[in-house]
Amino acid sequence: MSKISVNGKAQEVETPISITDLIKLNDVAQPEMVSIQLNGQFVNREEFDSTQVSEGDELDFLYFMGGGSI
Amino acid sequence: MDFTEDQIQRYSRHILLQDVGVEGQEKINNGKVLIVGAGGLGAPIALYLAAAGVGTIGIIDGDVVDLSNLQRQVIHFTPDVNKPKVISAKEKINLINPDVKVITYQKLLTAENALEIIQEYDFVVDGTDNFPVKFLINDACVIAKKPFSHGGILRFDGQTLTYVPGSACYRCLFHSPPPPNAVPTCSQAGVLGAIAGMLGTIQAAEVLKYLTGVGDLLTNRLLTFNAKTMEFRTIKSKPNDNCPVCGSHPTVTGLVDYEQAVCDIESHRKKKINE
Repeated sequence: MSKISVNGKAQEVETPISITDLIKLNDVAQPEMVSIQLNGQFVNREEFDSTQVSEGDELDFLYFMGGGSI
Repeated sequence: MDFTEDQIQRYSRHILLQDVGVEGQEKINNGKVLIVGAGGLGAPIALYLAAAGVGTIGIIDGDVVDLSNLQRQVIHFTPDVNKPKVISAKEKINLINPDVKVITYQKLLTAENALEIIQEYDFVVDGTDNFPVKFLINDACVIAKKPFSHGGILRFDGQTLTYVPGSACYRCLFHSPPPPNAVPTCSQAGVLGAIAGMLGTIQAAEVLKYLTGVGDLLTNRLLTFNAKTMEFRTIKSKPNDNCPVCGSHPTVTGLVDYEQAVCDIESHRKKKINE
């Protein structure tokens, strides 16, 4: 098991793990509504499958929020 | 400008602030701010900017006040139902502060009119409810080198960031609009009314900071909060070299109207019927 950080909170996961699988592991209801920053760099959506997360990595899951007017 | 006795009294709590003072208040009174959307976010933004004495406030919104708006859109009152939102908002702003010049645009911000409208203002505030216009505001402001505040709310969550030319833009974080069918419909998602006030007042504070030059803007950072846990978090970001509008090889060089989510289309249809 490796320690990583997701949205500032520590997580233990089996690595290597792809960002796509990490999104699944975190029960993200709508993966198409999340933007991912890995160690301060945004990851292109097309590279979620091929990007591997490893020990010590820090990830931010940022969600689209519309809201507001209507 | 010379303040009258009444103005000195009205703005005394700003003038007393060492960082603001008479000079800062003058900057506020000379400020021109465009608020896109007179809804959940636009309401508190407009109220606080009016109270603060922002010299010119532009408001653009094509909608009329609906009964279901009143749970959070605090600038509109019960007798305003069916009134154009921009008119309702203008009336309240004038009542709060007759110093403020209000310019209303009873229409949607579109790829066609965006650049022309925003060029009249010092700062743009995104108080919209949909991604096509959020991306349009971002692209127009990046292209026109105009600072703006992004705001989004959903259910119990809120997020905001401030853009100034050279800082990370909305697209640096959120590359392109989500697929329309993935966006939760307005009626499905819902929002805790007070969240709009929480986020809108943060955006209003950013506007006043920008106009007065006080403090550090929320640039290269995304502030998010969840009202259930009442936890606030700031995520550091930086300009993204792959950003489609402000990166080194931009693919977005003009403005486009993205496809609206189904709920928006329906609500606009409803508006047409009401008219």
